[in-house]
Amino acid sequence: MTDASLPTTPHRGSLIEVDARTRRRNAAEKRFRLYGLVALGIGLAALVILLTSVLSNGVSAFRQTSLVLEMNLDAAVLDKKGNRDPEEMKKVTTIGYGKLIDKALKEAVAAKGIAIEGLTDKDVANMISKEAAAQVRERVLSNPDLVGETVTVKVLANGRIDGYLKGRVTMQSAERDSNVTPNQLRLADALMAEGLLVKAFNWDFITGPDASELRPEASGLGVAILGSAYMMIIVLILSLPIGVAASIYLEEFAPKNRWTDLIEVNISNLAAVPSIVFGILGLAIFINFAGLPQSAPIVGGLVLTLMTLPRIIIPTRAALGAVPPSIREAALGVGASKMQTIFHHVLPLAMPGILTGMIIGLAQALGETAPLLLIGMVAFVRDFPAAPPEGFFDPAAALPVQVYNWTQRADPGFAERASGAIIVLLVFLLVMNAVAILLRNRFERRW
Amino acid sequence: MSEQHILRAFDRDLEAVQGLVMRMGGMVETAILDAAEALAARDEDMAEKVRAGDKAIDALEEKINEETARLIALRAPAASDLRTALSVLKIASSLERVGDFAKNMAKRTTVLSQMHDIPGAGGALKRMSKAVVQMLSDALDAYNSRDVALAEDVRARDREVDQMYTALFREFLTHMMEDPRNITPCMHLHFIAKNIERMGDHATTISEQVIYLVTGAMPEESRPKADSVTTAGIEGK
Amino acid sequence: MEDMRLADRTASARENKITARGVQVYYGTNHAIKDVDVDIADRTVTAFIGPSGCGKSTFLRCLNRMNDTIPICRVEGRIEIDGEDIYDKRVDPVQLRARVGMVFQKPNPFPKSIYDNVAYGPRIHGLTRNRAELDEVVEKSLRRAALWNEVKDRLTSPGTGLSGGQQQRLCIARAVATSPEVLLMDEPCSALDPIATAQVEELIDELRENFSVVIVTHSMQQAARVSQRTAFFHLGNLVEFGETGQIFTNPRDPRTEAYITGRIG
Repeated sequence: MTDASLPTTPHRGSLIEVDARTRRRNAAEKRFRLYGLVALGIGLAALVILLTSVLSNGVSAFRQTSLVLEMNLDAAVLDKKGNRDPEEMKKVTTIGYGKLIDKALKEAVAAKGIAIEGLTDKDVANMISKEAAAQVRERVLSNPDLVGETVTVKVLANGRIDGYLKGRVTMQSAERDSNVTPNQLRLADALMAEGLLVKAFNWDFITGPDASELRPEASGLGVAILGSAYMMIIVLILSLPIGVAASIYLEEFAPKNRWTDLIEVNISNLAAVPSIVFGILGLAIFINFAGLPQSAPIVGGLVLTLMTLPRIIIPTRAALGAVPPSIREAALGVGASKMQTIFHHVLPLAMPGILTGMIIGLAQALGETAPLLLIGMVAFVRDFPAAPPEGFFDPAAALPVQVYNWTQRADPGFAERASGAIIVLLVFLLVMNAVAILLRNRFERRW
Repeated sequence: MSEQHILRAFDRDLEAVQGLVMRMGGMVETAILDAAEALAARDEDMAEKVRAGDKAIDALEEKINEETARLIALRAPAASDLRTALSVLKIASSLERVGDFAKNMAKRTTVLSQMHDIPGAGGALKRMSKAVVQMLSDALDAYNSRDVALAEDVRARDREVDQMYTALFREFLTHMMEDPRNITPCMHLHFIAKNIERMGDHATTISEQVIYLVTGAMPEESRPKADSVTTAGIEGK
Repeated sequence: MEDMRLADRTASARENKITARGVQVYYGTNHAIKDVDVDIADRTVTAFIGPSGCGKSTFLRCLNRMNDTIPICRVEGRIEIDGEDIYDKRVDPVQLRARVGMVFQKPNPFPKSIYDNVAYGPRIHGLTRNRAELDEVVEKSLRRAALWNEVKDRLTSPGTGLSGGQQQRLCIARAVATSPEVLLMDEPCSALDPIATAQVEELIDELRENFSVVIVTHSMQQAARVSQRTAFFHLGNLVEFGETGQIFTNPRDPRTEAYITGRIG
């Protein structure tokens, strides 16, 4: 009967010869593979272009040009009373130091016998960053015994000179630039040849605070990194327990009814809400209503927690749901209570998934800019926040906002800084994703 | 169980092995009739044919045993299927014994044809054989159609065969007492009669297998016995 | 071997451990178990057979209230263990499950060490006072599950690293470790190869000395091999319940006959 119902076998040709139909199918498959490769290529190209542009603009931010000068810290200028009292010495402003530095540079130029036509004293003094005087002053105030001695100081060069050495400023552009003259650039070449002008790794970029619009060479990410770190700590402390508790309740305990359905839908919706909306919410509730300080990591952390929660709850629930029911049954079968089942078996097995979701949520929060703009994290902050927990309430910046900030500034030196900051941000994100992958592999599914 | 198995190959196997039993039954019936005919007609050639034919019956039994063993091993029959397999073995074994009795009858026919005739004995044994063959044939029909009523009927008819045997036993006894020269042929004839009576018992066994097969239980041992030879005693009373 | 089987017939004379009367189970509007009465004898292997969806697993899960975890499932009727109704409001299913252990279809050891797998039940129920006692319980349970000799040198290695058959015996050891009185097995061999199946079956036969075993199986031959009593479920009804040998040689109900001879699916 079964034999009879089979259709009669059609006549087929030799297996050696490929028939037209098969050829068409093979061709279609080849074409499809090609489309896939092209799509992949476009994606990869976009990534390569992005990385190249960021790296080519930003890597130079990690090297900084400085002047190495022999400088006499004249006691007559810096400590008029001669008692080395730091309180007294604080009365001397950066202007006093600035003059000494200018003098030191002039002497150094003269000593090396560098003579450049048409170079004024002012031009020579402008080779030095406005930040240099502050650098030296800080050093002296922290060690008053240096006054009166001749010491070797390393001070920042002007941003344009830095730009010249990095290829951003050229002779041609200098002629059109009111901030720099070609003569200064020639002097820079000469100083370079004499070893007075050096390039070194720019630790200040990573540890230092932001600087004003006119001093790109002095600006750093320290406050922003600390601010971001504080916010991440707050997000982690709040969203891990809240997110996991909410997920466990929803996944394991909540009855399946219209209310829980509604909650589930809304969690999904919240995850899709534009982040700026959370910023407005934070502004209204945490700052205007609760009266928390502006620009503070605590507010940023709270806003980012709100934003991250649904993004953590969703993968956490998925991770809990992925634990095979057989494990739950096994635990219930030997007489474990529901709570014991969850905490002894389900949660440990879901942990890698939960941690991965957590870290990806944190990484998203780390890169989030829009809500922070609304709660005042965009403010110019030069002072480092205190250590936590008080520091949570001090004003601070945040990495992505710092990038946004710098791209707004006029001086081309900040474009380089912004790219440098993006690199730092990307490195943080890469490290976090790497940790996520590591965790996933480490706690490989063991059932 | 008119329903088919989900696995139809199982049905085919069961039918095949039961088909072999039916064929064996047919061969045995023919052997009995031929042997009885040969005895009545003192036909040595026919007797020789019956003796030779028993080999085929034995071979068939061997084949049934093999096939049934295969069926049990490969199909793991349960319930009615298991009872079918078991009854096939038992019926085949009974049929084989019946075949042996027919062969023995033929053997004695060869001897008897050399001796003088006991009048009426051939005819009586032929009648008895026919009755037994009818029982056997009905038992196998009952088996084929799972007919408990027919099987019960066959069991009841064993009584008639027993009565025939008792009658013949007395007749042979009389012949032997009349003339000592009759003793040898009568002894042979008596053994033949006893064997035919045993065939009837085997037909009964087959009917009982049918009842077991259908109901799952062996019938009660309330079968009417009419074989009074054991009670008649050696004195013939 | 045959003597064993003959000896087993006395099983029917044993006391009843579980008595179920008029059990009805509903999944939402679906009437899954219809008015089932069963007596599970003490220290006997009782097999539940029947086609898929006949309710045998559902009924098994009623015996330790595993169905409680399914919100839409509703159980009516009385199920008594030693005369106590397990669906009484005062009964905590957690306590019940310590007395009625369960082994599942797929071997499901916890992703922990072999030792911890077996020790888990005694730990959460506080059955042992110290480490030495726990060690003893673990060893005894593994011996009972015929696994001790194979794993005694690697008690700290993960239970999931064992072979399928060993895993299932580990699950049995884990169930046995809480000293249950009844052991429920839901198709315990369906994921195992024939050798492992035979080992588990042998184990079940040994467990009969101390426990009432109730086994759900799709393999009728398995039911025939390991059980003393067999219950045949069909479409939520208990069609026939009796001594295993009788069920397999001479079932009284035509539906049972049709099922065990392979005539209905």
